[in-house]
Amino acid sequence: MDYLFLLLVFLFIAGALLSVILNRNDRLSTYAAFTAAAAASLAGIAFSLSVLLGRTFSLGIRGMMLLERGFVVDRLSAFFILVISLTAFAVSVYSLGYVREYFGKKNIGYLGALYNLFVLAMILVVSANNAVLFLVLWELMSVVSYFLVIYEHERPETRRAGLIYIVMTHIGTGFIIVSFLILAGAGGSFSFEAFRSGGPGLPAALRDMAFLFALIGFGTKAGIVPLHIWLPYAHPAAPSNVSALMSGVMIKTAIYMLIRVSFDFLGANTMWWGMLLLVIASASALLGVMYALVEHDMKRLLAFHSVENIGIILIGVGVSIIFMSAGMPELAAFGLIAGLYHTINHAVFKSLLFMGAGSLLYSTHTRNIEELGGLVKKMPWTGAFFLIGSVSISALPPFNGFVSEWLTFQAQLASFNLTDNITKIAVLSSGAALALTSALAAACFVKAFGISFLALPRSSHAEQAKEVPRSMLFGMGIMAFLCIALGLLSFYFVPVIGSIAAPLTGAATSSGAASGILIPAITAPGMDAGSISPLFLLLLLFLFLPIPLVMKLAGGREHRSVYETWGCGQPVSTSRNEYTATAFSKPVRMWFGNIYRSRREIQTSYAGSPYFKERFTFDTHVEAIFEKYLYEPLIKFVLSVSRKLKAMQTGSIHAYLGYMFAVLVLLLVAVMSGGL
Amino acid sequence: MIPLSSLAVLLLQGFLIITLSPLLSGIMKKVKAFVQVRRGPSIFQPYFDIAKFLRKDAVISGNTSWIFSAAPYISFAAILASGMLVPVYFTGMPLGFAGDLIAVAYLFALARFFTALAALDAGSSFGGMGSSREMFVASMVEPALMLSIFAVALNAGSTSLDRITGTVAGMGIGALSPYSLLAFVALFIIAIAETARIPVDNPATHLELTMIHEAMILEYSGRQLAVVELGTMMKQLLVFSLLANIFFPWGIASDLNVTSVAVAILAFVAKLAVIGTAMALVESSTAKWRLFRLPELLSFSLMLSFLAIVSFVILRGG
Repeated sequence: MDYLFLLLVFLFIAGALLSVILNRNDRLSTYAAFTAAAAASLAGIAFSLSVLLGRTFSLGIRGMMLLERGFVVDRLSAFFILVISLTAFAVSVYSLGYVREYFGKKNIGYLGALYNLFVLAMILVVSANNAVLFLVLWELMSVVSYFLVIYEHERPETRRAGLIYIVMTHIGTGFIIVSFLILAGAGGSFSFEAFRSGGPGLPAALRDMAFLFALIGFGTKAGIVPLHIWLPYAHPAAPSNVSALMSGVMIKTAIYMLIRVSFDFLGANTMWWGMLLLVIASASALLGVMYALVEHDMKRLLAFHSVENIGIILIGVGVSIIFMSAGMPELAAFGLIAGLYHTINHAVFKSLLFMGAGSLLYSTHTRNIEELGGLVKKMPWTGAFFLIGSVSISALPPFNGFVSEWLTFQAQLASFNLTDNITKIAVLSSGAALALTSALAAACFVKAFGISFLALPRSSHAEQAKEVPRSMLFGMGIMAFLCIALGLLSFYFVPVIGSIAAPLTGAATSSGAASGILIPAITAPGMDAGSISPLFLLLLLFLFLPIPLVMKLAGGREHRSVYETWGCGQPVSTSRNEYTATAFSKPVRMWFGNIYRSRREIQTSYAGSPYFKERFTFDTHVEAIFEKYLYEPLIKFVLSVSRKLKAMQTGSIHAYLGYMFAVLVLLLVAVMSGGL
Repeated sequence: MIPLSSLAVLLLQGFLIITLSPLLSGIMKKVKAFVQVRRGPSIFQPYFDIAKFLRKDAVISGNTSWIFSAAPYISFAAILASGMLVPVYFTGMPLGFAGDLIAVAYLFALARFFTALAALDAGSSFGGMGSSREMFVASMVEPALMLSIFAVALNAGSTSLDRITGTVAGMGIGALSPYSLLAFVALFIIAIAETARIPVDNPATHLELTMIHEAMILEYSGRQLAVVELGTMMKQLLVFSLLANIFFPWGIASDLNVTSVAVAILAFVAKLAVIGTAMALVESSTAKWRLFRLPELLSFSLMLSFLAIVSFVILRGG
């Protein structure tokens, strides 16, 4: 079985190489690259399942410092490999069709090679067992994804998106390195085993620092507020298949490491870590969905929803840390299950939705939902898959998003077991934030699906749309199927995830064990705490769905005539009379005006008299508060400091030698006086 | 397999929900007419309306897709499915394990999601406006609803509806505590919004500036309209029975002998009539609020449910 791991590495590398070698022929290159990636992903699925079913895996080269036990895959790693491989498999199949968009225009070999390397890097990142090796792979993942983001580098906004991404990700890596250095100082080596044994013994201040730096570092990659600003630039700029991977799984590697550092290395036993995480997570969830709601670029909208869902995942993780520090490992495991289950669910429905957005782009060449409409008739399959994704992300039963949000709500409710009243009330109140988030998400997807797929086409782009090739539909179909399966069969998956969470939290049994076909909440040991069974909910829904059939049998066929939409007696059936996405989100934009600070520009030109308007243009913008009030001052500060430091940079080698000498003397003095 | 008695419980439950919900609407209309010194239509009028819609021909907009045709049935199924989870006359619902209070709230959300989608499908501005407003109001309702659910669940240590009603029924008059009263008022406000009543929405209007729910279903006719209307009435009945049985589960049957079930059904009808009358009186004594004032009302409900949680923690927890 160890060969599976080597096989997947080999297949990804082979895919990358073949893609470059066959570069002359777009079609062959595509087939080579994405078939290899799909095959490698299948190997990844098999490999991760074999680990989840009970074995551990380690790979290393004896005697080589970095690679001695360089890769160790435990259950947590295997879970993330499963998430990555599942998503990568569907996306690779989808890419077979999607990449045709670039035939003859772009270098396909380059895309195929980078794509393979990207997925491989993600899988290796979550398998690495050594901090230095991890950082090398982390950088590989970041740099490869940077090149994928700027694939369409002809557009200036893509290059700008790439720049923002690479800068943010490197700031994050800087923080990660500091966190690792603290842990390495405690453990005496860079291997994760040393981190694990050294972490709990660290002085409290250093532990807090290691956690905070990891939170900032990995939080940048995950996209928590206010470090999320790169997501809405980078994810839309990348080709859609890459966006599906970046948004669906790349940001999850940060969640993986955050769990690894806080639970595995540091023991997660500090109350305020959990509270801080809970506050940040709730803010990310709320702000993410609120910005998504006013966004009309489909891919930017989805990118903001990633911020939201990372927030929901981290609510579960944060609650889990709170329970850990209160000494309640069973409840901590329950919170972690909620977070991990939402991780896989988000990967599934978000990659599905990004693939859907890619299909819209493929057949309409626009990302602006205001120009779409009526597509459910022209692209029935894409429409159906996108609808499944929308229902899932809106956390509606009986699909997968509902199950993980339900688990998160129950984890929050379980805080009544805590002893401290303030913590208890705080965690319970965070339930309101999650509820608002999920309701706004539903509103956002009524908008996203309703405006782009229903009613009449709003532009000629939408009017001429055709269904996408079969390979793309197949890729989306896999994920749509998983959305349903992860919901209905959650009673099977929750115990499996419980067996991942139990060792991390030290819970005695694998809690969250489902009994039969339902998922009980573990709000208090030994209590009937409420349960759901999505399978039965679906059965109930199906039981009542044939009502039209019953009516037909009882009352005969209904006479139906097709006519225009009611327009107060006037013929108004044109797309210009339809409600727009901007109008749809108007109530929310008005009520949360303090946050959006939207401003509008209205230009009117008159034909002679002011009573006759000739043209009327309306434009509305939402202010990016974080960029304006946090990053702009920060950038200004950094620039002004560097300008001042320029005075030191004389260009004279003598001066530089002088600086070195001065530093050396200072250090020697410090060492002699025992300061270091 | 599901035993026969469970099947009988569910069948009776479904029968009660479907047959009583038009009556509830009829009673509420009559109370409103009485307050407004009108004679008003008979309390059985909603039955006649539905029977009429079922016989009528349908006119469907040519712009619509399958979403428009499927949405009424999906919404109806979601509401009836939640009806299999809500205790109406009996605590210990056979399918209580399949969904708790949170699941009921989310089944309502599923129904709303499809109604709002269908509203956009005909391509008229009315539908879009209704859809947008409905989702806006729902977003404001949800946090208050979830905190009220938490407040109610804290008392029973569970979100299971059977356990909640069972616990409260077991406490007798002692269940009337500050936190349950706070939670009741919070949920009453939410019930106004969920059932689309004044001051949130006006069920009697067809004026485009004020309507929310009516705007969404403007394009429906014939059988689809009958299903939509019946679904709306059923949802109203279920929301009221949640209010009644979470806070005042008195009289609810806990075993299945004929007398206790008969008493429970009578008690249920009486409770519905009281809540319906109260709701109709609230409706008659207030004016419709502007859309952008609604968040104030719902924030008030959020505050109340937050206070319910705080007072529970202070009085009982710690």
